[in-house]
Amino acid sequence: MTTKIEIKQVGKVFGEGKQAVEALKDINLTIADNEFVTFVGASGCGKSTLLRIIGGLEYHTAGEVLASGEPVYGPGADRAMVFQHYSLYPWLKVMENIKFSRQLKHGREELTSSEVEKASGRADALLALMGLQAAANAYPNQLSGGMQQRVAIARALMGRPEILLMDEPFGALDAQTREVMHDLILHVHKLEKATIVFVTHDVEEAIYLGQRVVLMAPRPGRIDTIYDVPLPAQRDQDMKHSPEFLALKKEILARIRDTSGMRTDQSMLEQLNMEQA
Amino acid sequence: MRRKSPQRSARPGIWSIRGPMSRRQYWGFALVGLLLPLLGWWLLSHMGTDDSVFMPSPLDVFRRLIQWYQEDDLLADMWISIYRVTAGFLLSALIALPLGLLIGTFRPVQAMLEPLTDFIRYMPAVAFIPLVMLWIGIDESSKIAIIWIGTFFQMVLMMAEDVRRVPLAQIEAAQTMGATRSEIIQRVIFQSAKPALLDTLRVTMGWAWTYLVVAELVAANSGLGYSILKAQRFLQTDKIFVGIILIGLIGLVMDQLFRFAHRKAFPWLYLRK
Ligand SMILES: Nc1ncnc2c1ncn2[C@@H]1O[C@H](COP(=O)(O)OP(=O)(O)O)[C@@H](O)[C@H]1O
Ligand SMILES: [Mg+2]
Repeated sequence: MTTKIEIKQVGKVFGEGKQAVEALKDINLTIADNEFVTFVGASGCGKSTLLRIIGGLEYHTAGEVLASGEPVYGPGADRAMVFQHYSLYPWLKVMENIKFSRQLKHGREELTSSEVEKASGRADALLALMGLQAAANAYPNQLSGGMQQRVAIARALMGRPEILLMDEPFGALDAQTREVMHDLILHVHKLEKATIVFVTHDVEEAIYLGQRVVLMAPRPGRIDTIYDVPLPAQRDQDMKHSPEFLALKKEILARIRDTSGMRTDQSMLEQLNMEQA
Repeated sequence: MRRKSPQRSARPGIWSIRGPMSRRQYWGFALVGLLLPLLGWWLLSHMGTDDSVFMPSPLDVFRRLIQWYQEDDLLADMWISIYRVTAGFLLSALIALPLGLLIGTFRPVQAMLEPLTDFIRYMPAVAFIPLVMLWIGIDESSKIAIIWIGTFFQMVLMMAEDVRRVPLAQIEAAQTMGATRSEIIQRVIFQSAKPALLDTLRVTMGWAWTYLVVAELVAANSGLGYSILKAQRFLQTDKIFVGIILIGLIGLVMDQLFRFAHRKAFPWLYLRK
């Protein structure tokens, strides 16, 4: 297995002086080519920050990040990002959003007509893959939240990124839509052979999608445990009820509670109850 | 309680909080809102003294309008005022747009220009009249300069804010698709801010009109603002009324033109799901 992303001793401090916040400390992780890794952890433990560092949208203050063997110095088309929302261009129709990267100098480098044709074939294929044909000429604000995220994913895939970074992309969707999107993104992963790094606060989502689940803990943000998911590569919704799935879910949830400081909330509640009794 | 109709509608009444209203009801109320002041004005001018200097009646004002049109070349006054306001406004927009884009995009430009602009915008435009006369003279450009001083600094700050409101996710998505800095400015930031920028133009156009009278204090011998000032000297209250109402009407028409352009240029903002 070849390595796709290498995170070595990465640290991140926001701000300076007295206001400095240590968001990440001593992060070490190697992600293989074509792997699907999910990150979970209490909010504020640095998941987004780490993802944004890999994407080059945020800079690290210690250590080193390598993507495809190259040090990360900023964002690039090899690492596409899907955000939770507000990232589509409301003035462009669905198809124009998907083809956005074709308008860029970077996307126009190959100029032979066969390649241009191939690209517009790809846009059509992505539209079909995402089930968006009927919406090709709609504006984003005419679509439901789930449809909008499909457009965002198709747009991110258009430039054939080697790495797809997703920050709670389904966080704003209802449960049913989310399940559909889970199977869709797994299908995309199989077809596109991209390495996917997926951040979520939903443990079930993390297990269902990930080959490995990375659990992060806060203050300072660090990697607590890495779990191998004991499920077959080909997932289906029924597996969510399997003993392996439920056991892992329970274990991760307990660990999040242990590391996130929720214990103090728990003891506070108990104390309150005792006072009332 | 007795009801005229046996069937009670489920539709909440127009006086429920943020309740629904049909178009016909809307225009009905709008008409009342416009006619009531007119009626009040008419009553006021006919009460007490018949002193039309103190309070001319709507009819006096209408007669003065016709007279102004027939004898004193009202259209010429209107055109020169529209020209001055539009020229000052366009000059502001032309400079404010790139500056606003730069301030809203690059922190060093913001640090360099925003506090300065914030400071200047509190200086009263009227107070610049002697300086403008000294530096620019007393021809057309001096009136345009006053309009420019009155609108430009506000416009820059509002446009910078419009640009800053572009969602970061839109910019970052482009970055992770390989967009260069200039591509992001042209294809994302500017495109995304356009509707807000046009709205800013509409609002500042209204302000530009409020500086007309000030601008025509500068050695003018024509224009609506100048006519108002002259009418004041001769106690022609009815003419002052005509001037004020005309400025209001022209402003209203321009505002509606901007709104129309907004609907045409940005159709996706006006879609029903
Ligand atoms: N731009 C920023 N400036 C200062 N602190 C930040 C910034 N972004 C994130 N942080 C801090 O870094 C920590 C990790 O944040 P984040 O990565 O968003 O966590 P998560 O995504 O796991 O909820 C939090 O304490 C947050 O307050
Ligand atoms: Mg986050």
